[in-house]
Amino acid sequence: MNSAIRTIGLRKIYNATPAAGARSGGAGVSSPKNSSPENSGPENSSPNSSPDNSGISNSSPNNKGGGAAGKRKEGKAQITALDGIDLEVAPGQIFGLLGPNGAGKSTTVGILTTRVRPTSGTAWIEQYDVWKEQTAAKRRIGVVAQRPNLDFALTAREILLFHGAYFGIGQRDRAERATLLLERFKLTDRADQLVRGFSGGMMQRVSIARAMMHDPQVLFLDEPSVGLDPQTRLLLWEIIREYNQKGRTILLTTHNMEEADTLCERLAIIDHGKIIAQGTPGELKASIPGGYLLRLRFARQSAELVARLKGMAGVTEVRDGGVGGVDVYASKGGSMIPEIVNAAAGLGVELSDVHISEPSLENLFLHHTGRSLRE
Amino acid sequence: MNITAFLALLARDAHVARRNLIPLLLQTFLQPLLFVFIFGRVMVGSGYLPAAYKSLLLPGIMAISMVFTGVWAVAMPLIGEFQFTREIEDRLLAPIDISWVAIEKVIYGLIQAVLAGLMVIPMAWLILRPGLELHIVNPLLFAMVTVLVAGFSASGGLALGCSVDQQHIGLMFSMVMTPMIFFGCTYYPWSALAKFPILAKVVLINPLVYASEGFRATLVPQFPHLSFPWVVAALVGFDTLLLVAGLRQFRHKAVS
Repeated sequence: MNSAIRTIGLRKIYNATPAAGARSGGAGVSSPKNSSPENSGPENSSPNSSPDNSGISNSSPNNKGGGAAGKRKEGKAQITALDGIDLEVAPGQIFGLLGPNGAGKSTTVGILTTRVRPTSGTAWIEQYDVWKEQTAAKRRIGVVAQRPNLDFALTAREILLFHGAYFGIGQRDRAERATLLLERFKLTDRADQLVRGFSGGMMQRVSIARAMMHDPQVLFLDEPSVGLDPQTRLLLWEIIREYNQKGRTILLTTHNMEEADTLCERLAIIDHGKIIAQGTPGELKASIPGGYLLRLRFARQSAELVARLKGMAGVTEVRDGGVGGVDVYASKGGSMIPEIVNAAAGLGVELSDVHISEPSLENLFLHHTGRSLRE
Repeated sequence: MNITAFLALLARDAHVARRNLIPLLLQTFLQPLLFVFIFGRVMVGSGYLPAAYKSLLLPGIMAISMVFTGVWAVAMPLIGEFQFTREIEDRLLAPIDISWVAIEKVIYGLIQAVLAGLMVIPMAWLILRPGLELHIVNPLLFAMVTVLVAGFSASGGLALGCSVDQQHIGLMFSMVMTPMIFFGCTYYPWSALAKFPILAKVVLINPLVYASEGFRATLVPQFPHLSFPWVVAALVGFDTLLLVAGLRQFRHKAVS
């Protein structure tokens, strides 16, 4: 087995105790029976702690109201965060997990880094089964969590030094490494201050430096560039590439298209706890029918117009985009507009809005899920 | 077990304790100091309490200081570190089984509780002499009681620290620690409850009773106290129970 990271059939179901407020109108919380992937799990924390927990929402069309009664009887509702994740990351690769909030990215990282116990399935770091050989697996990995989880009782330098000590790095060696990393992450002037007073971006840099301190073979970065200014983001990308050039494997999660596109050699697109597409950014983009996406909005809906659109040269797929909206996947972009305008005018339907996007991961995501990544 | 990582975890806690030395000392010793002064010096000096009370009081004060210190040293940092900021995360990712991260906390609390207990004696001696009559007949037995008491305090701190949320810290101290102290035979020997037979039985579920009585048996054996083997058996029982419960809670809290 020579993959750096491998998982087979990872599933994670959280037992969520609904918050008090959800009790009266809690139809969105699915009961164990009609547990739906719509209710994807919380990112990185206990199921009921995060206020923006997309898992407990009432957006699921699959929940036909049976949830509330079921929940009251059993006291607990189940949230499926991961629904069978199979991943394989080759050594030395930069691999991206792309998906919206609540898709299951952090849960996947959590399982791979010994922090979340899978309900079923197996995860390996190199040859080590993460849940059977935890200590060996932990030696191989460095982890940057989504939220900075620094030791507030320590200074930036001490955080690095103690981290090195946990991994058995000798005193002189760890002092040298800490100095180098502080320098690299532009933290030298604040190195001997308690991190309690640091800004979010600085904390994030300390977290990343800490994860690199013991020079792990596999580095996990959970949304590393959230909250970083553009300049620091570029510095981070440079550092990630540099680290990768030493032959290290990097798995990062992101909902930033640009980051996924420029940094990752391979990507898995994840939504509702499932991988919906996997490949190199190029392959994935090429897989979008037509490549271009034209999001059109008309004054009213017209079945005849949709039929005409489908018949146009270069159009590969036409989808309903909601109230008056039509999504057209085509091999051309702007040059289609005159024809569309004419067709609409011919049927007496006014075209009120047009948005054209070139082949991108964003479109890919939209194509597979019917939702934008930012929604 | 990875001893290097374990020692590094211990070094981290010692480093943080050194940084907070003054608040730590105040928090540990101010209360027992005042108590010893008022009850041992003022009340006895003014004749409201007999002189012998000085010696009766000391074991109880020692037990309180140790239990408070042990619980506080483990529970308070843990409650904070398991909060939203998850400060403990880096240590959970250290190359060592996570149970050892919890055991390290217990060892750290145990050491701090032993130090607190041992510092009460000279302190009390300075305030209470003359008239304080300590008879440490068997230093080994005294050491054994000290370690067992420190052990259940630190393990109790682990169990509490992993079960209580930040917003309930105040409640924990008023609902758990305060009754424990007042029903812990700290300011009076267990035999003083002879006239309250039901209460005398009920307080036996309180580990602090065995701490106070154990110190009475080894420091001031001239006063009535519970039989020593009983005390040791109960302390060993509480140490084990609280450690097992604490580790369970810790693992539950550490992995989602």
